[in-house]
Amino acid sequence: MSSRVSEGGRTSTSRPPGEPRRVAYLYLLPAFVVYAAFLLYPIGRAVQFSLYDWDGLSVGRWAGLDNYAAILADEGLRAAFGHALVLIGFYAVGPLVIGLALAAILNHAKVRGLGFFRTVVFLPQVIAMVVVAIAWRRVYAPDGTLNSLLGALGLDSLTRGWLGDYAFALPAVGVVGTWFETGLVTVLLLAGMSRIPADLYEAARLDGAGAVREFFAVTLPSVRGEIAVALTLTVIAALRTFDLVYVTTRGGPGTSTSVPSYEVYHRAFGLSQVGSAAAVGVTLTVVIFAISFGINRFADRRVS
Amino acid sequence: MTASTRTPYGSRTLTVLAAVALAPVVTLTACAPGSSAPPPAASSAQPSPSSVRTDAAALGNVTLTVWDQEVRGGQAAQMKQLNAAFEAKYPNIKLNRVSRSFDDLNTTLRLALSGNEPPDVVEANNGRSSMGAFVKAGQLRPLDAYAEAYGWKERYPDTVLRYSRYSADGKLFGEGNLYGLPQVGEVVGLYYNAAKLTELGLQPPKTWAEFEAALAKAKAAGQVPLQLGNLDKWPAIHVFGTVQSRDVPAEQIGTLAFGRKGASWNTPENVKAAEHLVGWVDKGYFNKGFNGQGYDAAWQAFGKGEGVFLIAGTWLLADLQQALGEDLGFILPPGATPDAAPVATGGTGLPFAITAKSPNPDAAAAYIDFITSADAMKVLTDTGNLPVADTARQSVPAGPQQDVFTAFGTVTERNGLVPYLDYATPTFADTLGAALQDLMAAKASPQEFLATLEKDYKAFAESNG
Repeated sequence: MSSRVSEGGRTSTSRPPGEPRRVAYLYLLPAFVVYAAFLLYPIGRAVQFSLYDWDGLSVGRWAGLDNYAAILADEGLRAAFGHALVLIGFYAVGPLVIGLALAAILNHAKVRGLGFFRTVVFLPQVIAMVVVAIAWRRVYAPDGTLNSLLGALGLDSLTRGWLGDYAFALPAVGVVGTWFETGLVTVLLLAGMSRIPADLYEAARLDGAGAVREFFAVTLPSVRGEIAVALTLTVIAALRTFDLVYVTTRGGPGTSTSVPSYEVYHRAFGLSQVGSAAAVGVTLTVVIFAISFGINRFADRRVS
Repeated sequence: MTASTRTPYGSRTLTVLAAVALAPVVTLTACAPGSSAPPPAASSAQPSPSSVRTDAAALGNVTLTVWDQEVRGGQAAQMKQLNAAFEAKYPNIKLNRVSRSFDDLNTTLRLALSGNEPPDVVEANNGRSSMGAFVKAGQLRPLDAYAEAYGWKERYPDTVLRYSRYSADGKLFGEGNLYGLPQVGEVVGLYYNAAKLTELGLQPPKTWAEFEAALAKAKAAGQVPLQLGNLDKWPAIHVFGTVQSRDVPAEQIGTLAFGRKGASWNTPENVKAAEHLVGWVDKGYFNKGFNGQGYDAAWQAFGKGEGVFLIAGTWLLADLQQALGEDLGFILPPGATPDAAPVATGGTGLPFAITAKSPNPDAAAAYIDFITSADAMKVLTDTGNLPVADTARQSVPAGPQQDVFTAFGTVTERNGLVPYLDYATPTFADTLGAALQDLMAAKASPQEFLATLEKDYKAFAESNG
């Protein structure tokens, strides 16, 4: 988004002859109007709502930063942000590790039918999240697939109502995220790895590097950019998880799987606390922005 | 995303653009959200019974927009039939029906009502966060004048009408103006599998002690005594409500559930009720992993013969009857003695209300009267619904449907309905649902459970005045 902005800025360094640089802004205008109308304006309104005590119906009452203070003081909400952090592990770290291994193997072995495997691995991404969630709800049900499988293996002691179990509900939701995101990460990394010139591997092999050494010395550094993109996408997905929680657990059991996005919905539509919901939303936006900014800064510095 | 940090020009341009973008926002902050809506005027101005017009045929050409949630099976069938009959009887009134599922209606109604041209008739959930909030914002029209003109108060028992009553400021629930009229009734009771009971050598329980003995016997025989699916958080509320109304006096439950001052969750009776429920969990009366079982999955399992009893509402009748046929039975939760006054959680389906901004309130009221008339109650019966009025007068074949009709007729006649506990405060459904999951998973003691409820209830009752 903002890269468009910087291109507009760059024209000022080498001014094209005979053309006033302000014209450049004119070219930006159409896109900017759309961007402002559908993104900046709603964000501005959300920030405004977050400063009011408003039920969505009657006239709002100015509350200043009270909503934000309440968020900090709200133990349940702090827990919700904590759950989102746990989900990052499942959504981002897990898929990255699995994706790296998968992509390295697929790329290295030059398997026959690579296109086929790539499609299979990517398939979860094509399915709507709600469908994914309903399917997994069946898998985790007390009489569902997972428990039948455990029963067939003689592990009856492990069977439980997965989504209703205080210890396992959050990991159970997280595993769905891992399953969902792994395909995306793998395909991204595969694309990156296929660009690595073969002579780099040759050189490594001449120096006596094994497959593992080769992976850490050649493959991993070469796909740093892709890793950054993958992490950004998956971390954002983790932090804004809503549909999955809404369909599978509604934040339960108790409040053990509640996440910030679900709280936004719940407060705005369930409890009619629109101001508070907006404040949670704004906070979440800031957190997402900070984390993805951090990831990209980190990746950029390491590259250069 | 970080490209703008690469060149200083980029960030300067960004600042300029940001300033341009934020300018309208800054000017906007001058007015508070919601202030563009017209002031609530209609709520204070009650028309007198003589000024309302009940002759719908003489109202001229009118189009009524109706939002309902009657999307499933028999509900959809009765609505379609009644709407067609209404349009045939009053050709001058056209209906524009918008039908949404319960969840979708709940989330979109709020926005629709705050617009300048809201629908004329809406089905609004009784609770504080729906109907209560709409009344407070002056978006619904009090119907007392129409109730007088059409004689609704004679046809509906007061324990039923109170579920649609609010004070004009929306603060008091269960008394004050009438804001809606429901079509169907609901009561939570015990569904049982008659075949299983016979197998166990038991009769449908006549007292609470017999019921508990039946649970114990079913458990000993390796059956699932009570089917429950509590993944969706709220189903256990109905189970707890049923247990609670054995141990806690009905007036106390009413005060707690309507969120009025003057009661407390921290009472020995409530402790007993909570311990009672935990006792059932400890004895293994519920199916394994009930907190991880979906609500639909649970009653479907009961329909397939898993479970001897199911504590649930009359809304499951049609679906369960289809699955179990004549093996299905329904009774009100039994009392201490066979002839004890019945007490059961229950109420009405979503009431139909008229919006304050509707330009055709007379036509809207005529419509509501039509779909709740004696004839309409017959249509409701024929399509497998439980009519809220004239229940005893309907003739239904013996079997589960008759069980349900008898149960609802009895409990309303003897004023034994107690409100849903989640009506208490705007946040109570969530507080109670989560707290019950905690209680039944032994994550909270009965005392901690009640302290959680008391905190929510007290905070609301105090601030509400």
